[in-house]
Amino acid sequence: MAKVLVVTSGKGGVGKTTSTAALGAALAQQGEKVCVVDFDVGLRNLDLVMGAERRVVFDLINVVQGVAKLQQALIRDKRLENLWLLPASQTRDKDALTNEGVGRIIAELRSKFDWVICDSPAGIERGATLAMRYADEAVIVTNPEVSSVRDSDRIIGMLDSKTVKAEKGEQVTKHILVTRYDAGRAARGEMLSIDDVLEILATPLLGIIPESEDVLKASNVGSPVTVNNIASAPARAYTDAALRLMGEDIEMVIPTDRRPILQRLFGRRAA
Amino acid sequence: MSEAVLPSAKPAQPQKPARQLMRFRGRSYVAYVLSPKPPIVEWLAEVDATLARSPNFFAGKPVILDLAATELSSPAIRHLIDNLDQRGIRVLGLEGFDAALLTPDLPPLLSGGRDCAITTSESAAAKTAAAPDKSKAGSLLLESPVRSGQSVVFAEGDVTVLGSVGSGAEIVAGGSIHIYGALRGRAMAGVNGNQNARIFCNKIEAELLAIDGYYQTAEDIDVSLRSRPAQVWLEGNAMKITALS
Repeated sequence: MAKVLVVTSGKGGVGKTTSTAALGAALAQQGEKVCVVDFDVGLRNLDLVMGAERRVVFDLINVVQGVAKLQQALIRDKRLENLWLLPASQTRDKDALTNEGVGRIIAELRSKFDWVICDSPAGIERGATLAMRYADEAVIVTNPEVSSVRDSDRIIGMLDSKTVKAEKGEQVTKHILVTRYDAGRAARGEMLSIDDVLEILATPLLGIIPESEDVLKASNVGSPVTVNNIASAPARAYTDAALRLMGEDIEMVIPTDRRPILQRLFGRRAA
Repeated sequence: MSEAVLPSAKPAQPQKPARQLMRFRGRSYVAYVLSPKPPIVEWLAEVDATLARSPNFFAGKPVILDLAATELSSPAIRHLIDNLDQRGIRVLGLEGFDAALLTPDLPPLLSGGRDCAITTSESAAAKTAAAPDKSKAGSLLLESPVRSGQSVVFAEGDVTVLGSVGSGAEIVAGGSIHIYGALRGRAMAGVNGNQNARIFCNKIEAELLAIDGYYQTAEDIDVSLRSRPAQVWLEGNAMKITALS
């Protein structure tokens, strides 16, 4: 039975698209059949992060409007054969999405894949509410800072009221994914600690992704961070998070960059 | 917490009265609606006939004038109200009149009135204007945290939350508010005129506290009390916040 997962946050720029791509690729690397769906109509980014921007022919809006079939719009990843992308439109905006259209597409994706991961846009309006509407589970991406935490709290409230599951009296299973975590800054009190974040949000923790230059490097070359450099700290953290989504019990650690011994001795990073 | 603080021994924080000087709330009353019909002179004659039969019929009663059936100008309405005033009929509002034509010397324009039965006994009108029944039981229990942006309104009694109230959330209760968690949002208790309502929480980081209309924002909450269990109550018009040891 397929699982529909929404990656949402409320706040913009915290790492939803990065996490959608990284988690999607990590699940695919474990052998699952995954489709990532970009719901950010008009400001699409998932296609860039997945490296598929030159192969987009049809998109989510085309399928909603019946102009194209789902199979025509899906783009297969070149590196992982069971990872697919359904891109958003860049020329339209969120008003073109309809409840029934999205419902139909999600139902069809459920029959074809093990995981359907919906990359939500920022905000709490139509695009975000439609991305979460048909979800079974939610990953709430949060930076350890006050604005992001408050916005995540808002989004958690909406997951409990604006989804089909909530309307039926059931619960969307929620997980917090803390991104851009810097242990040093947290220790100095410049950033919220993980405990602070969890105390405010009162929701289980899925993973902690450390701040890292590898994330930007990966998106610049159009590759999810778990594919581009699987040994890097964020990639290892995303892999752990994906395994936890699959039900495995992995100890929560914050991976650090492994620097070669010479660099550690001389304390300087080579250019 | 290490220090032992006896709430009664320690004087409450400086007798700074709550800042808000003007409180207002919504309340509904029952009024008598008179609907004059043209020709006005004949209608006034009918009023006189009624008053001849029972001279104090309108004494002390709030009267609304429904002008929907007439087409009077503002000065004409003013004249009519003066006429009624001479007869002991006090008009406190108007209905069925174009707001654009309203002048400052006329009573306010009302809308949204609902028809209801008026008992003829004198005490009926007084009763409906009396303070609403405070002793009604009724308590709302919320078993999960209240998230940012959510608003819980329960005018009938107390509200209890098993969890925290997030920043940007609000609880509005007719009775007291009990939060078994951190209060990071707004709590407004005793909204129907209950000055005895209190607010209790495990951790006070509130954005705004209000009891029966008197409010205090986060800035005015004593720093030494932050993030501690606390109770909030009203003494006169001053809001008191003390630690719950």
